[in-house]
Amino acid sequence: MGNGWAVFLWLIFPYICLTVFVLGHIWRYRYDKFGWTSRSSQMYESSILRWANPMFHFGILAVFLGHVMGLGIPKSWTDALGISDGVYHFMAISVGAIAGVFTIVGFVGLLYRRRFTKAVMGATTVMDKIMYLMLGIVILGGLVNTASGVAGEYNYREGVSIWFRSIFYFNPQPELMVGAPLSFQFHAIAAIALFALWPFTRLVHVFTAPVGYIFRPYIVYRSRDAHEGSRAHRRGWDKVDTIPRRPK
Amino acid sequence: MRVMSQMAMVMNLDKCIGCHTCSVTCKQVWTNRSGAEHVWFNNVETRPGQGYPRTYEDQDKWKGGWTLTKRGRIKLKAGGRLKNLMTIFAAPNLPGIKDYYEPWTYDYDNLTTAPAQKHMPVARPKSLLTGQDTKITWSSNWDDDLAGSTQNTHNDPILKQVGDKIKFEYEQTFMFYLPRICEHCLNPSCVASCPTGAIYKREEDGIVLVDQDRCRGWRQCVGGCPYKKMYFNHKTGKVEKCTFCYPRIEIGQPTICSETCVGRLRYLGLMLYDADKVLEAASTTDEHGLYEAQRNVFLDPRDPEVIREARLAGIPDDWVEAAQRSPIWALINEYKVALPLHPEYRTMPMVWYIPPLSPVVDAVGETGEDPERKDNLFAAIDKLRIPIEYLAGLFTAGDTVPVDRVLHKLAAMRSYMRDINMGWEPDESIAESVGMTGQQIRDMYRLLAIAKYEERYVIPAAHYEDAHKLENIATDCSLNVEGGPGMGGMGGMDDSFGSDPGGQGPDVPGRPERVRINLLNWNGQGTPTGLFPGTPPAPGGTS
Repeated sequence: MGNGWAVFLWLIFPYICLTVFVLGHIWRYRYDKFGWTSRSSQMYESSILRWANPMFHFGILAVFLGHVMGLGIPKSWTDALGISDGVYHFMAISVGAIAGVFTIVGFVGLLYRRRFTKAVMGATTVMDKIMYLMLGIVILGGLVNTASGVAGEYNYREGVSIWFRSIFYFNPQPELMVGAPLSFQFHAIAAIALFALWPFTRLVHVFTAPVGYIFRPYIVYRSRDAHEGSRAHRRGWDKVDTIPRRPK
Repeated sequence: MRVMSQMAMVMNLDKCIGCHTCSVTCKQVWTNRSGAEHVWFNNVETRPGQGYPRTYEDQDKWKGGWTLTKRGRIKLKAGGRLKNLMTIFAAPNLPGIKDYYEPWTYDYDNLTTAPAQKHMPVARPKSLLTGQDTKITWSSNWDDDLAGSTQNTHNDPILKQVGDKIKFEYEQTFMFYLPRICEHCLNPSCVASCPTGAIYKREEDGIVLVDQDRCRGWRQCVGGCPYKKMYFNHKTGKVEKCTFCYPRIEIGQPTICSETCVGRLRYLGLMLYDADKVLEAASTTDEHGLYEAQRNVFLDPRDPEVIREARLAGIPDDWVEAAQRSPIWALINEYKVALPLHPEYRTMPMVWYIPPLSPVVDAVGETGEDPERKDNLFAAIDKLRIPIEYLAGLFTAGDTVPVDRVLHKLAAMRSYMRDINMGWEPDESIAESVGMTGQQIRDMYRLLAIAKYEERYVIPAAHYEDAHKLENIATDCSLNVEGGPGMGGMGGMDDSFGSDPGGQGPDVPGRPERVRINLLNWNGQGTPTGLFPGTPPAPGGTS
């Protein structure tokens, strides 16, 4: 691989995609709040979704936490805690494999119902199809990497992880990825591409996960004045003032 | 005391003829869209019957509303906050589209495009979900007027509570209609179920709304609402619900279902209530006590202390004044003839019902006895336990005492007013027998039977003089325009009468000539040619 390619793949491309990811979400949130939904198809088909969807989601949540661990936490930290490489890898691979299997089984179940339930298929957009394809590629790639981890030739915590963090330090080290095995490179590129796609798909629902529900009072009151649609008031468009607003 | 105001509705079921005009006009105004085919903010159920969606009242199955814990506190029947979040990926109590019905259209195109053939071409039903041939097996009103009751009605959850005493033999059947909208509850379980907090109760008028920009389609409210009046739009992925026609209410007009009600059976008005007492009332241990408990949450708008507190709470004086004139207050707390629908769900519903006397009157009438005589009616009320237990199952958590009391009042009004209408001396003992005075009976009669527009709808936002004009549109003949046929002749109408409805009439400005736009067939995407003035029409128009 030439140096130019390495710089493009592991430096330029990630920054482009991350920029699209961030700006895309801001744009989507500002201009398409109405479209910001999980677009559930449970009303059409529930019997497969009932097991496949929780399996996929809980699986992918565990996978996400695993990535936070593996990519986010430097090896020196776990070393300082006295966790040996062997223990770490055993944990990562076993938990990762279980989570991965949950995810992929749930994913296949969801894919099956999406393809073979006519109503669900009818409600599937082109963007959904692209998203499913990319998500499938990323998940499969991740599983291959986990499996290859059993053989244990490559320690991603000394390569991919450092490269990943370097992007966020704005001190990118693309050369670290050049030495990574092809399957890791493939997984990373596919995931980065998926991030660029993210704001334009139904995946945006991840960022409005309703954790606040635990803390808020059950009954929500809101004044007529508080919100009047998502868009800011614009010149030339008078509000429909119906009854006099109450002084607060 | 924390005074809040609530727009509320009462429906007088004796006057409902089951014409579904409310449902149709509501649908035309609010849910005449793709993805909302099954969404009926207003629907009319024949009772006994399964209701819509099927058997929605069976909370053992659907887990809607609130339930009491052992410690006497209310919690969502579907489970607490953590369970709600943990089940978010597959909402456990979500009705499927088949519990409503699979929306369909007909292959009308085939009628005009089929080649010459021996048999008449037919328009086959096509599923709107799959686009394929479908068999219509259920819809929002499949069991209208007890249709198919021998097959279906035994699934009615309320009927199961009453027991299998009701036989569906023609001569023993009773039947009435139950129009339903969102209850705009004081303690709404849909709001409590929403993980995002997108559903809210408006501080000013208590109308419960879904913020469409914040709804993320987690679907927990659909299961959370025991009345199943939260509808998941399967195209937008968001939940929609009855809005109490808030844009109309805000300018003092009645909801569209009320405005167009042929029987004029709906009443709209304000209720003041003490928000601090709602939770306690909803936690009443005895289900039979919930009706009284909710009545005690309401505040007397003529009480000087309430008026003072209302002012402090920022409720305008004209709203308090409207609350004093509210027909809802009169029906619920003065005449005490209106009852809540399923108080046992503990949501403190705010659309109440005057139970129908008609099953009783019909039963007396069939015997050949005088169905206007107090003694006959009272005896029949005491004897007709099954219909009354059924009504109690709907309105008082099974307690027949309040239902009996209401029906006695309605029967007394009937007898008392019959004497007056016949020119006879009114019998004050009839009024006394239900604990009312003759004047009270006459007042109640005026509100229930005469039911003047201004007395049915007391909506505090001024401008209801305009609303009255609107009713004239609905009740007047549309041909009675200046020079129209109703005014003698076809003057002015001969040009446009019978011509293309989209064609340019004398009063239609700007519409391109001969372009017809059928918004019913418009899928909401793109801009049909000729929708806006100024675009040159393409031959053939839209779609």
